[in-house]
Amino acid sequence: MARTLIQVPPTAKRGEVVEVRTLIAHTMETGYRAGADGRTLPRDIIRRFTCRFNGEVVFSADLHPAIAANPYIAFPLRATVSGKLTFTWEGDNGLSQTESATLTVT
Amino acid sequence: MMRAPRMWRAVLLACIALPVLAQRPASSPARRSGFDGMSASLQAMQRDDLQNPGMLWVADGEALWNQADASSNGRACASCHGDARQSLRGVAARYPGWDSVDRQPVNLAQRINRCRVRHQASTPWPPESKELLSLEAFVAHQSRGQPLQPSTEPALAEARERGHALYTQRIGQLNLSCTQCHDALAGRKLAGSPIPQGHANGYPIYRLEWQAVGSLRRRIRNCMVGVRAEPFAPDSAEMVALELYLAQRSAGLLVETPAVRP
Repeated sequence: MARTLIQVPPTAKRGEVVEVRTLIAHTMETGYRAGADGRTLPRDIIRRFTCRFNGEVVFSADLHPAIAANPYIAFPLRATVSGKLTFTWEGDNGLSQTESATLTVT
Repeated sequence: MMRAPRMWRAVLLACIALPVLAQRPASSPARRSGFDGMSASLQAMQRDDLQNPGMLWVADGEALWNQADASSNGRACASCHGDARQSLRGVAARYPGWDSVDRQPVNLAQRINRCRVRHQASTPWPPESKELLSLEAFVAHQSRGQPLQPSTEPALAEARERGHALYTQRIGQLNLSCTQCHDALAGRKLAGSPIPQGHANGYPIYRLEWQAVGSLRRRIRNCMVGVRAEPFAPDSAEMVALELYLAQRSAGLLVETPAVRP
C-alpha cells in the first residue's frame, strides 16, 4: 500500500466551494529511462485518479508518463450534502488503491 | 576630549563583532539557507505539508517509530522514547553526536541503526534504504523550526577539525574543494543553477532531481562525483567528520526537514 496524504476540510457550509487535496507516494517510472544495468526500466505509472462523492464520480484525471513522482492532485468541490469521499488511484502492475474521507456540510 | 569616547566605542564594537567573525570563515557572508535562493513556487511546495512529498517519508517514519520490527525483540522506538513530538524535540538539531560505547562520532542515521542493534536486537538498515530515510526524516522533522545547535561535547572537536580540513582540501580530477564553490562562489551560478552556501539544515531532503528523499551523505556523494573524486563511503569516519563541520558551519540556521530542493 502506497502512503497517501489527503486533506478535506472537516466541515463546510452548504454551497461552499472547498479544496480537496491529495498526495500519493509513487515512483511514476516513465518506461523510457535506462536503469543502472543499461536496460530500459519497465513503465510503472498511475493511469487514473478518481474521486467519488457518495458513490458518484465528481472528479477524475488520466495520468501520463511525463507526470512527476509522488503526484499531487487538488481540485475544487461544491459541498451540498454531507457524505463520504472515496479516492481511487489505479495504474500499472495492478495498482488499485482506495482511501476515504468524510465531509460534513453544516 | 572628543576622541576617547569614540575610540572606546570602536573597541566595544570590535569586542562584539570579533567573536561573531571568529566563528565564520573569514570571507563568507551571512548564512543563508538554500531555501532563500529557491523560486517562490518551490518555497511554497516546501512550506505546504500537503504539497511537500517529503511528508510522505515522514508519515512512513512515524509508522516505523510506533511499530516493532518483525525481526526485533518486540520493542518499538516508542516503547523507550515515548511520544516523539516531545521526547525528540530539538534532538536532531544537535547531531552528529558522540557515541560513548563505540567512542566515535555518529550521525543521526548511525544512531538509529545502533539503537536497532543494541536495544531492539534487530539488524541495521542499509544506508539510503527507504526505512532508514523515513525514520531519519521523522526524527529530524521533530526539530523543524529550531536552530541548529551543534553538540559541544569536547570529544567531537578532533573529528570536527578533521571535517574542516576535508572541507578546505582540494579533491578530484577537477581539483576543487568544497569551500571554493560554497564559500567563495556561493550566490553565483554553475551552468544555470545557483550555487548555494551548502548548509545542511533540511536533511533528509526531497530533491526534485532525485524525485525522492535522500540523505546528506547522498548529496555529498553527488558533489564529490561532480568534481570527479572518489566519494567517501556513507558510513565512513570522513563522512561523519565532514557532517560535524557542516553542522558547525550552519549553526543557528533553522531546521527545515523535510526540505525541498531542486
